Amino acid sequence: MSAARTLTEKLFEGKLGRVPERGEIVVVPIDLVYAHDGTFTLALDVMKETPLLSRVFDPKRVALFIDHAAPAPTVAAALVHRAMRRFAKEHGVRLFDVGTGISHQVVADEGLVKPGMFVVGADSHTVTGGAFTAFATGVGSTDAAIAMATGKLWMRVPEQVRLKLSGEAPGYIMGKDIVLTIIGMVRSDGMIYKAVEFQGEGLKTISMDSRMTISNMAVEMGAKVGLFPSDAVAREWYRVNHGTEVPLLEPDAGAEYDEELELELPRLEPVVAAPPNVDNVKPVREVEGLEVDQVFIGSCTNGRYEDYVAAARILKGRRVKDGVRCIAVPASRKVYERLLRNGIIDILVEAGCFVAFGTCGPCIGAHLGLLGEGEVAVSTTNRNFTGRMGHKESKVYLASPATAAAAAVTGRITDPRELLPADARLMVVDPSYSFKP
Amino acid sequence: MARVIRGRAWVLGDNISTDHIISGKYKFAKINRLEDMLPYVFEEVIPEFYKKVQPGDVIVAGRGFGYGSSREHAPRLLKLAGVGAVLAKSFHRIFYRNSINIGLPVIIVQRIPEVTEQGDEIEVDLEAGVVRNATKGVEERFQPPPRQLLEILEAGGIVEYIKKMNRLPW
Repeated sequence: MSAARTLTEKLFEGKLGRVPERGEIVVVPIDLVYAHDGTFTLALDVMKETPLLSRVFDPKRVALFIDHAAPAPTVAAALVHRAMRRFAKEHGVRLFDVGTGISHQVVADEGLVKPGMFVVGADSHTVTGGAFTAFATGVGSTDAAIAMATGKLWMRVPEQVRLKLSGEAPGYIMGKDIVLTIIGMVRSDGMIYKAVEFQGEGLKTISMDSRMTISNMAVEMGAKVGLFPSDAVAREWYRVNHGTEVPLLEPDAGAEYDEELELELPRLEPVVAAPPNVDNVKPVREVEGLEVDQVFIGSCTNGRYEDYVAAARILKGRRVKDGVRCIAVPASRKVYERLLRNGIIDILVEAGCFVAFGTCGPCIGAHLGLLGEGEVAVSTTNRNFTGRMGHKESKVYLASPATAAAAAVTGRITDPRELLPADARLMVVDPSYSFKP
Repeated sequence: MARVIRGRAWVLGDNISTDHIISGKYKFAKINRLEDMLPYVFEEVIPEFYKKVQPGDVIVAGRGFGYGSSREHAPRLLKLAGVGAVLAKSFHRIFYRNSINIGLPVIIVQRIPEVTEQGDEIEVDLEAGVVRNATKGVEERFQPPPRQLLEILEAGGIVEYIKKMNRLPW
């Protein structure tokens, strides 16, 4: 007799051949492990410490990304990049160099993450892979080194939460509004150590780009992983983007969860996370009118095709307000190329945006747009901590690309509904969708 | 690493993020060694912490300690500065894991953060699972780490464990 299983239980069962108990410590084989220029230096130090760790278990399952400070803004960063290139060459590991893109986007672009996989990355936003039904989670440099060397890592089996998304989201809502609303509800420590499974009939209307945004920010509520099922939407995405069939993986009806929550999508409205915490979530209309100095549209959270289509809906035929910098950094070269082909880069540039691609720079205050004292930014990134994007007396409001683009045009925080066509549907489920400017 | 840690308390609130501990931007500054980042630890919350902290001192914080980035620089720098243990009402998981891996004790307690004031004398007995605020005369029991994790902590982290035992802990 087999009991109904949660998605998390099915993923562990796939690796262990049995369903482990909550809280049990298990050793899991890892399908993919990656690190980037912000975390690999310490991993390399660890690997040099002992012969047991100074090897790579399988070069095909290890990847390195130069994305945090790319191209190098300092000599220190250039030295890190040089060490990574040497390591990759020596061990035959794939290195995604300057200009390829941000790790979490590139693993999707390249089809490196698939349903059922266990993925660890030395970056907290590795949870983005949950959108692809992978048990994907962030680890530190020591764990990354151990996983690279041995292909295994211990994990504590997390408690599991069903987060039901019911109804259909209004057209002006994006994944960012959904996940910020959830974080505002459960707070930044509300899901510490738990596996959050997104379920419900609302999923049918949530695109893969938006699912990636939602999974990406699961870590901002403390979750170990934010999992979507590989439903019809996900499977169609794999067919169109990678020409592959992936298995249907979803929780069984009647699976038992440690906690159940529900979010009614039709009730959503555009929101922001006000500084200095990600869970300080308010409707846009409550902060409307606040003047902004900089707008950033990009990052592993919101640097995808759908995000710039949403921004283009607002920026087309309009100009970025005088005195405001609007910085757009698509997450990867592939995203950039698709935007280029569809005329969206033209719209961004003609509106007055600064456009680059494939770096984390502005999100972490590394390069390409640090904030000065007293400046206010609207950013599509995932964290608004004090000093995150520059001076400690600067302020960051997190928002969807539509809300960010609206702020760029008016020079103040603005409800995007004021500038969007009434029929706009910002989440587009069809993976072959092309924007017609 | 000693099983009993004694030191003064550095009291912090809720939601202390890895950005508070060490801002991400320093990873790409003119800095290549961890020691060079010490002056920036807790830059915005306890300026010059690295000069003020004494070996064995204990951080006592509220909910959600270690929120944010996976950057292992955060627990490593706390340890390098001399911090003996971090006590908090809850920890974000990557920070917690990183701390065990590098041999920095992280302990979940509820009452001690409520009563502790800056500079109080704190004693942590890892094996017995007891934290004592000697200044206030308050004691709290905690769930000691599982044996495997305690062994990693005692070895001074997982790398030291592997060097000593010539095998992984599992």
